[in-house]
Amino acid sequence: MNAKLLIFLCLWPLGVMAQGFGGLGTEAEGFATPQPDPTFIFPADHGPHPDYRIEWWYLTANLEGPDGTPYGLQWTLFRSALAPGEGEGWQSPQIWFAHAAVTTPERHMATERFARGGIGQAGVEAEPFRAWIDEWSLAGPDFDNLTITAAGPDFSYDMELSAQGPLVFHGQEGFSQKSAQGQASYYYSQPFYRIEGTLSLPTGDVPVTGSAWLDREWSSQPLSDRQSGWDWFSLSFEAGDKLMGFQLRQTDGTSFSASTWIAPDGTTTAYPDGAFTAEPLARTMVAGREVPTRWQVRLPDRAVHLTVDAVNPDAWMDLSIPYWEGPVILSGSHKGRGYLEMTGYE
Amino acid sequence: MTRTCLLALLSHWRRNPLQLFAFLAGLALATALWSGVQAINSEARASYDAAASTLGEGQFDQIVPKQGSSIQQDQFVNLRRSGWLVSPMLDARLGDVRLVGLDPVTSPSGLGAAQTLQSAPDLLAEGAEGLFANAETAALIDPSVRVTIDQGVAPGVAVGDIGVVQRLLARDDLSRLILLPEQPLRQPNLAEIAPELRIQRAQQGADVGQLTDSFHLNLTAFGLLSFAVGLFIVHSTIGLAFEQRRAMIRTLRSLGVPLRSLIILITAEMLTLAMIGAGLGIVLGYLIAAVLLPDVAATVRGLYGARISGTLELRAEWWLSGLLLAFLGTAAALASRIWQIARMPLLASVRPRAWVMATERRFRFQTLGAVALLSLSAVLALVGHGLLAGFALLGCLLIGAALALPALAERALTFLQRRTTTPIWSWFWADTRQQLPGLSLALMALLLAVSANIGVSTMVSSFRLTFVGFLDQRLAPELFLQVDTGEQGRALEDLLSVREIELLPLKSTPAQVAGRTVELYGVRVGPTYRNDWAFLDADPDAWDRVAAGEATVLNEQLARRAGFWVGDRIEVTPDLTLPIVGVVGDYGNPQGQVILSEGLFSDLYPSIYASRFGIRTEDPHQLRQEIVDKTGIPANAIIDQAAVKALSLSIFEQTFVVTSALNVLTLGVAGFAILMSLLTLADLRVPQLAPVWALGLTRRRLGWLELLRAVVLAGLVFLCALPLGLALAWVLLTIINVEAFGWRLPMYLFPVDYMLLGLYALVAALLAASWPALRLMRTPPSALLKVFANER
Repeated sequence: MNAKLLIFLCLWPLGVMAQGFGGLGTEAEGFATPQPDPTFIFPADHGPHPDYRIEWWYLTANLEGPDGTPYGLQWTLFRSALAPGEGEGWQSPQIWFAHAAVTTPERHMATERFARGGIGQAGVEAEPFRAWIDEWSLAGPDFDNLTITAAGPDFSYDMELSAQGPLVFHGQEGFSQKSAQGQASYYYSQPFYRIEGTLSLPTGDVPVTGSAWLDREWSSQPLSDRQSGWDWFSLSFEAGDKLMGFQLRQTDGTSFSASTWIAPDGTTTAYPDGAFTAEPLARTMVAGREVPTRWQVRLPDRAVHLTVDAVNPDAWMDLSIPYWEGPVILSGSHKGRGYLEMTGYE
Repeated sequence: MTRTCLLALLSHWRRNPLQLFAFLAGLALATALWSGVQAINSEARASYDAAASTLGEGQFDQIVPKQGSSIQQDQFVNLRRSGWLVSPMLDARLGDVRLVGLDPVTSPSGLGAAQTLQSAPDLLAEGAEGLFANAETAALIDPSVRVTIDQGVAPGVAVGDIGVVQRLLARDDLSRLILLPEQPLRQPNLAEIAPELRIQRAQQGADVGQLTDSFHLNLTAFGLLSFAVGLFIVHSTIGLAFEQRRAMIRTLRSLGVPLRSLIILITAEMLTLAMIGAGLGIVLGYLIAAVLLPDVAATVRGLYGARISGTLELRAEWWLSGLLLAFLGTAAALASRIWQIARMPLLASVRPRAWVMATERRFRFQTLGAVALLSLSAVLALVGHGLLAGFALLGCLLIGAALALPALAERALTFLQRRTTTPIWSWFWADTRQQLPGLSLALMALLLAVSANIGVSTMVSSFRLTFVGFLDQRLAPELFLQVDTGEQGRALEDLLSVREIELLPLKSTPAQVAGRTVELYGVRVGPTYRNDWAFLDADPDAWDRVAAGEATVLNEQLARRAGFWVGDRIEVTPDLTLPIVGVVGDYGNPQGQVILSEGLFSDLYPSIYASRFGIRTEDPHQLRQEIVDKTGIPANAIIDQAAVKALSLSIFEQTFVVTSALNVLTLGVAGFAILMSLLTLADLRVPQLAPVWALGLTRRRLGWLELLRAVVLAGLVFLCALPLGLALAWVLLTIINVEAFGWRLPMYLFPVDYMLLGLYALVAALLAASWPALRLMRTPPSALLKVFANER
């Protein structure tokens, strides 16, 4: 893909996520903006919201092979609109792109796809649920029962997902604030998927089982112009509780954080800025830059004091928009597994 | 003192404005010739580059329809949804412009059209609105379409988002799909999901650039030759400027000017003047190019469909190289002259005869150099490989021959002098010999100019003759038509079979033969093939054996690249090996071709029907109408080949206009060099002519002898130039062309043209000598008498 074009495409939204470009795309010209106290209507809201600039269907999974080897899996479909609304055929202002990755303790394989909206090459339909780009798809009779498939030049996977709990909503009932200036997104998750299937790796097929977490988020202006990147954690503890926490790093060295504590039955507690903290403990040289791959994570309200270690520190997504995303192992006050995404490390 | 000295040096020019003019004009003409040719060359090349990069999708494998040229958009989506990573392309003509539509989101990096765009992101951001094209092309597009000017887009092409291009063309389909280099692990077979499509592998080493280069080679050769001619002219101009001022330099040194200061001053003065002359030459070259370029543009466009902008851009590479030429020529000439001044005893005589003695040693060196260079060229011709060796051979041959010229002329003149018995003629030859060193550089320039003309016009004429023959062969059928379905083809066969009209169905498919992608043809061997197709080499019963399905014919490109020739056997498919019974010339086509009989082809590829037909008829207009009426084949699918042939021929006429214009120019420049040399020598020769005059030869007679001398020298040069020019043509046609394009042009000789060129050379020399001769005839007797009064 053309480099200049990519930079353009990537300015928004992943660019904002991944590189935190100050001042770029922080306005929401003509696009709808998330408002507090949202009312979600399902299954319609599982589908796309073309009036918002960016949106994603973001699935990560912690898997285990028959011999106990930990694996990580990612399947993400992004929608990025050049203008609000839909159009006929090639006139559609919607651009779709997707990332798929598999992480083993030794290897990290990632690949990406691009598509224009309006011609059927990619899209999302709410009922029955179907999200696709090229031959990749995340689809099923409903949002609780899905199959997922993706393939790259050196890997592929086919998985079955079944939800073991309810949807959970972050922030104020799904209105998730991203800065003190008021930037926000709509954000809900299905963190209770049980997942099983087959990974096809260069070394052969591996049957795997595990747990998966699907994030749904859409917005038109997710970052403030003072924010340069983020560290996002989705952690599942052995006791059945889960924790979603992120911090948006700001250019002045401070950060804005938010987190959601999810009980095993799906009841949530949202925490305001500052309750959740994450401090890098060790960095690894990855793709020519230093990326924190061991973290200390705290949420004192819940007596959480964790060390978070990357399963494979080299989980660099060497794609058009580069970032770090991979499975992690938890130790300390709680034991468990999770996923970590880090953007904006240049 | 510096100032005084400089003023003294410059005063020479004030007193001899003609010499100043000669000096500047010589440099300007040499630079103009070079930079003019370079300007045309670089303009053409820049346009090729833009064209090649716009057509850069050639470097990717593509998915194309097996028949026709349309792929439904749903098919594209279907392929993507099946795991085939492809990017859609739509390209078609809209008026005079080729529209290329692409999807910037899925197009691979390096895809020409997107890559050349300065503003690719805008293609998407504003793509819904407009196109991208260079300024010239933009002017051809309907003003209601918004066009963003982007000089990176090839001339004649407008690039836009696929959606925009579809809308402008009122189409909803695609032309072809680019197959991305990286494909996923799992993929169904193409034949299962899209049986009507096939993969067309990227053309390796065969793109539009290679095609257009075959014409470009003409200009490159001319550029190289004009560089050599230019160098000689610059060198001789500087040399003469020194000769004229020899006496002044002696005087200045006698007055106490240090050698070092003098050398620095002269160097600075000469280089400054050289740069002024070169600057004028660049302007002149620009004008030459501007006059010739529209012809070149028309030629290239017509020949290959690649467009050259009709406008010139002042490109650094050619005006810088023009300056460099002038600078190098001046520096080289200065170096040897300054060396002479530095070593010359302070009060040494400046008598020309003494100088001649001194230059005999230089002649010996030159002759040695000539022998070395000519031997090297012989070695290169025998064992050299590659285009570079070809050009090195060309260079060695030219410079070697030029260096050998004075020694050869000296020999010839000595021979003539010995044969004469009368004192006048004995003096004439001896005097001519003495003038040789002063004239040698101008004569070398003439030699190069004449031989370049012979060589290049032989090449262009041979090219034309061959190509016209080729057109006659390939465009023999009066009508050519293309059908979309097998039914149309059968309807056509039915219609024509009852009329006993020769129909030439052409079935073809890409195939792998001898490890190369070639086009495999199935042809119906009939009178047309038997009569009109000229083989480069063939067995006598070649067509009979092809018709019987027992043998095959290759085109020259494949034969030479794969190392086959008549008599060899070639594996056409893993199960079929056939003897080669003929090789045909296929000029300008980079692809290999294997020709089989129609029957054999159908056995090998039963599913491929003929989509192209040639038809022999005496009344193309009527038959065309009849075909349209009775078979429903649209009129625009039927091409009147006679018109195509006429167009192709008119294009060659354009090539000729350019070539002959450059011919006249080179000869003119060489003639000018002779004029200036003679004018300069004229003053120096007064002391030598005075005694002859005193002995009773009239000034008129002396003037005629001067003219005769010019003609004799030009004749000598022409005698040397003829074999050199032919050798040059041979190198261009049989070595460089084969290295560059894989096909050899047969060399034809054009004796009448050469005689005419010889005549032109004599006329140029005569014209150049006439003014000095006239001046001699009008020299006042007092001036001649002064020779005896003045002590020199």
